[in-house]
Amino acid sequence: MRRSLPVLTVVVVLIGLWYLLVIPMNAKWERDQAARAGTELGLGTLVVNTMGQDRPVLPAPHQVVVELWNSTVVEEFTGRRGIWRSGSLSNRSLVYHGLVTLGATMLGFVIGTGAGILLAIGIVYNKAMDASVMPWAIASQTIPIIALAPMIIVVLNSVGISGLIPKAIIAAYLSFFPVVVGMVKGLRAPDAMQLDLMKTWSASGGQVFRTLRLPSSMPYLFASLKVGVAAALVGTIVGELPVQQGGLGVRLLSGSYYGQTVQIWAALFAAAILAAGLVWIVALIEKRVLRRMGMAP
Amino acid sequence: MSGLRVLYALALLVACWLPRAAGAEPSVLVLAALTVALVLEVALDACRRRGLRALGLLALWNALLVAAGGLALEQSGAEGGAFWAAVVAVWLGAWLLVSHVAELPRRPGLWGRLVALIAPIVFGLTVLWIWEVVVDALNVPRVILPAPSEIGARLSESTDTLWIDLVQTFGRGALAGFTIGCGAAVLFALVVDRYPFLRRGLLPVGNFLAALPIIGTAPIFVMWFGFDWPSKAAVVVAMVFFPMLVNTVQGLAATDAMQRDLMRTYSAGWWQTLMTLRLPAAMPFVFNGLKICATLALIGSIVAEFFGSPTYGMGFRISTEVGRLQLDMVWAEIAVAALLGSAFYGFWALLERRVTFWHPSQRSR
Repeated sequence: MRRSLPVLTVVVVLIGLWYLLVIPMNAKWERDQAARAGTELGLGTLVVNTMGQDRPVLPAPHQVVVELWNSTVVEEFTGRRGIWRSGSLSNRSLVYHGLVTLGATMLGFVIGTGAGILLAIGIVYNKAMDASVMPWAIASQTIPIIALAPMIIVVLNSVGISGLIPKAIIAAYLSFFPVVVGMVKGLRAPDAMQLDLMKTWSASGGQVFRTLRLPSSMPYLFASLKVGVAAALVGTIVGELPVQQGGLGVRLLSGSYYGQTVQIWAALFAAAILAAGLVWIVALIEKRVLRRMGMAP
Repeated sequence: MSGLRVLYALALLVACWLPRAAGAEPSVLVLAALTVALVLEVALDACRRRGLRALGLLALWNALLVAAGGLALEQSGAEGGAFWAAVVAVWLGAWLLVSHVAELPRRPGLWGRLVALIAPIVFGLTVLWIWEVVVDALNVPRVILPAPSEIGARLSESTDTLWIDLVQTFGRGALAGFTIGCGAAVLFALVVDRYPFLRRGLLPVGNFLAALPIIGTAPIFVMWFGFDWPSKAAVVVAMVFFPMLVNTVQGLAATDAMQRDLMRTYSAGWWQTLMTLRLPAAMPFVFNGLKICATLALIGSIVAEFFGSPTYGMGFRISTEVGRLQLDMVWAEIAVAALLGSAFYGFWALLERRVTFWHPSQRSR
């Protein structure tokens, strides 16, 4: 309770600020409507009306929550194209679009992480790779590689590869570099004393790797996995913009084409929930693994 | 390393032995240069004198350069096995060169730092060269992957367009957003720091928000602030605010009780304590935040342009030229973005070195 009280307070204050902000941002439209109809607008009606517009400049939090509920549960269970009536997920529901995004993100994340760990092992065990590849891996963290995303999508599309794979490639290369840098740091974490001890036991290279380097790299690996999975999701969403084949990025873009602000906010929150869920799962695995290894309470 | 050398010798043998079609295959010059490189490499391994080794490395580099240049110039579009064997040999030779460079003793100072740059530069040049040669040899369509030379040509031809895009995206969108976002975050961090309750509440929320795909707010801000740069600046503000806030608040908490007590015994006020103790102590954290935000700022303003922009700007150019399949222009923009991103990051890293010279991580090793 002592730890959650401040957090809860901050969250409540933020939501309160949001509600306050809704009133001035949506007031202009209400006033225009009232002036056109020739009616007088009381302060109370104004406040209530700004909270329930169809296409608000800034939707109220409860509108976003209702839209989230409508476009997931209601759409799937009562909609004509929902899973309940048609047997397949509705292409108007955020469940469907979220799953499209999640699939590409996970595939890319797994590829990126695997390749990143392999390259990190190469860098740690090969001096030439360390000297030549590592500076580029670090430098690549500072450049906006996401600018490559539209090109990858369109080029792969033009050679006949579309759907999941191009988005997964973007997600993979965004999660790749954080994993490389973190894993190299982790595999180098054992100090000279520990490595010398392994030598006195005449441990082979494989044994040193399995029993010393790999275990001590785990905290670093999980820290970069959390960064990597969030980056992979951003990569997938941006990758969905140029070719409209479903996904949260498409919902964002189509919402902005048609001025459906509530839809944009709902897609944004779905993406946020997805990101938070993914990071939370990684954190949970981290806790389990570190506890079993005796590195966390 | 001896395994690499055997592979290199094998590739060279194959390049010499395979039948050579007229005109298209590696010339005698290339094969001679590759042989010289092999001899030099073996000699390097035996040589122990430092000056001679440096000379030998230089000679090896030159031999590989001659071989690589010869191969690239001789291409005619009808390459066979011997050509590819020679390409593999050059690649393995570059690897051998890099591993010799990596063996050099590390020395402190400017010279040592320059030597440490050799390996990544050789690696980068090798990748560019292989890209060029492969694109030319396989006749890869330009709408799939243009060669580096074409990208370079485009880069030097359209400097005007690239400059206009750079000013719009970086000079207006990213810089304005970066300044406002980071400035507001630091000021807000000072407020947060005064109230421990607020700090305990905001830190977890800020950490949580920093992990979310904030880039998704771009369509909303484009609706609110229009197509021009203010909407890009707003996206950047939203992206950089929380990482910067979290880092600054952590930095302001970095002083320990003993140091603050000392300030109290001097009867220093809040302002004096802040200026002489807490802000300087927070600087490593602040610069860490600034470096993270430098990268985020450029990403934010480029991606925000995908959701709507005036008819210039890096993100606009990338998305429209992709649509027109003018990929050399796209790559030119990406090259500019990469240079810009690392330069902006490097600026903050250099400033950090000047400001936080006292911090353990900045001392020369």
